[in-house]
Amino acid sequence: MLDDLRELYQEVILDHGKSPRNFRDVEDATAHAHGANPLCGDQLVVYLKVDGDGRIEDVSFVGKGCAISVASASMMTELVKGRTIDEAREMFQRFHEMCTGDDSGANSVLLEDDLEKLNVLSGVRAFPVRVKCATLPWHTLNAAMDGKDEATTEA
Amino acid sequence: MSDTAHSIPAANDAEYDVLRYRSDFPILSEQVHGKPLVYLDNAASAQKPRQVIDAVRYVYEHEYANVHRGVHYMSEHATEAYEGARTKVRRFINAGHDREIIFTRNSTEAINMVAGTYGRRFLEPGDEIVISVMEHHSNIVPWQMLRDEKGLVLKAAPITDDGELLMDAFKKLLTPRTKLVAITHTSNALGTVTPAAEIVRLAHDVGAKVLLDGSQAVVHSPVDVTALDCDFYVFTGHKLYGPSGVGVLYGKEALLKAMPPYLGGGEMISTVTLAESTWAGLPNKFEAGTPMIAQAIGLGAAIDYVSEIGMERIATYEQDLLLYATQKLSSIPDLKIYGTAPNKAAVISFGLGNAHPHDIATIIDRVGVACRAGHHCAQPLMDRMGVQAMTRASFGLYNTRADADVLVEALEFTQEFLG
Repeated sequence: MLDDLRELYQEVILDHGKSPRNFRDVEDATAHAHGANPLCGDQLVVYLKVDGDGRIEDVSFVGKGCAISVASASMMTELVKGRTIDEAREMFQRFHEMCTGDDSGANSVLLEDDLEKLNVLSGVRAFPVRVKCATLPWHTLNAAMDGKDEATTEA
Repeated sequence: MSDTAHSIPAANDAEYDVLRYRSDFPILSEQVHGKPLVYLDNAASAQKPRQVIDAVRYVYEHEYANVHRGVHYMSEHATEAYEGARTKVRRFINAGHDREIIFTRNSTEAINMVAGTYGRRFLEPGDEIVISVMEHHSNIVPWQMLRDEKGLVLKAAPITDDGELLMDAFKKLLTPRTKLVAITHTSNALGTVTPAAEIVRLAHDVGAKVLLDGSQAVVHSPVDVTALDCDFYVFTGHKLYGPSGVGVLYGKEALLKAMPPYLGGGEMISTVTLAESTWAGLPNKFEAGTPMIAQAIGLGAAIDYVSEIGMERIATYEQDLLLYATQKLSSIPDLKIYGTAPNKAAVISFGLGNAHPHDIATIIDRVGVACRAGHHCAQPLMDRMGVQAMTRASFGLYNTRADADVLVEALEFTQEFLG
């Protein structure tokens, strides 16, 4: 019964949730977007600094949210820093598939290679209403990369 | 039980047989995640007693047809049951006439109905509407829409840190241009009971009409719209242990008569020609189309149910529970209660250290406790209280001190779990 809960709130998540990485703004950001989950009122802003070659030189976020969304945002910033926009988009897609994928053992989609770290967030699959907490930061990053100001989980 | 359980004497009502009432609610024997359900989300929607479930089933099995139309047996009986429910509502809130009771889908629709008919017809550019900062979105957004459409001024009365309406400030907001005051009778997020009768008196002094949002008030204590002298009173059935899909708009007859219809269609007309139509009398003018027949009858059964127990006794019982739960929760380190007005209903919103309400609600759910987490459809209030979200435990007539104990244990577990 509590196994699902421990699966959702793994140590790594609690750690990122309490001490988020890249939790700041980027003064010379080239793009930023505001993300909101209207269901709970959670909000965050993702800042991006992209260089001339389309590479993410710096990325950060500020805002308020639950442990899941803050941890997801924190881990996201660590992973996409130094990557190109195209790579980050692809990472978002893979992460999204993992979060919304089949929860049953054999078919369970888990991430490999560079995104393996994000598997700690796979616990959200047992908590459908919490999937959006994990994906909101990525939706917001995506909006910033698309040059949009706003992202919402309800789009 | 801890010491506090003994230090507060239980409500002196030997006849309040909470275990018997609990047995009337089939869902309360359900288990969630292998634990007995502790349902503390009553302010969002209450559970249904067998009497309500049976009444709805009975309609469909024995007396269902469309109402107000057929001359046949079934239609006659369905109409009688539907209109009987209206009479029950009228008695329940002590309105003067059945024709002052309009069935709506919910409180939201009832408020929109007043905005869309009374507001559209009688408010002029520059007229003022006064609400409060602790309104549910359903008592904010319709007025913003009306304001934008008609060029009105919308003002919000402030509250204290305890969640009480600041009456001096409220008085100052009232001017000869104030045409409508729309205020909650009991806050859904803080539990604050507002001084409704005084609000009505002050508003009437400047010639304004008053709408009270009683969605939370009618479930916790007796309501008398005649004594309150309010012009409109709205509430919803599903929070009152009745079915979802039915709500009530009470309006003073003279006002309802003067108001244009909300929706056009069948049932609400007197005569229709291709050139024009004339409206039916009250309450049909506001009940276009086939209404929520079974739901309204179910609401009548819910009113019978709570009336049989007695709203006064429910209020007394819940106040005891509120006191007990408040004391128990206050013993948790880092727990902060939002809404500490002396006059409040059994609704406790709180924060727990730095833990986010969503994490709290997810974790306590796994030990069977159902609480609401979020902004409670009251974002301006969240801003006022300086938070983004709260966790809310809201009690109903079937909750017990043991439920409060389980909640407290679950929150202690949460603190431990999040570290």
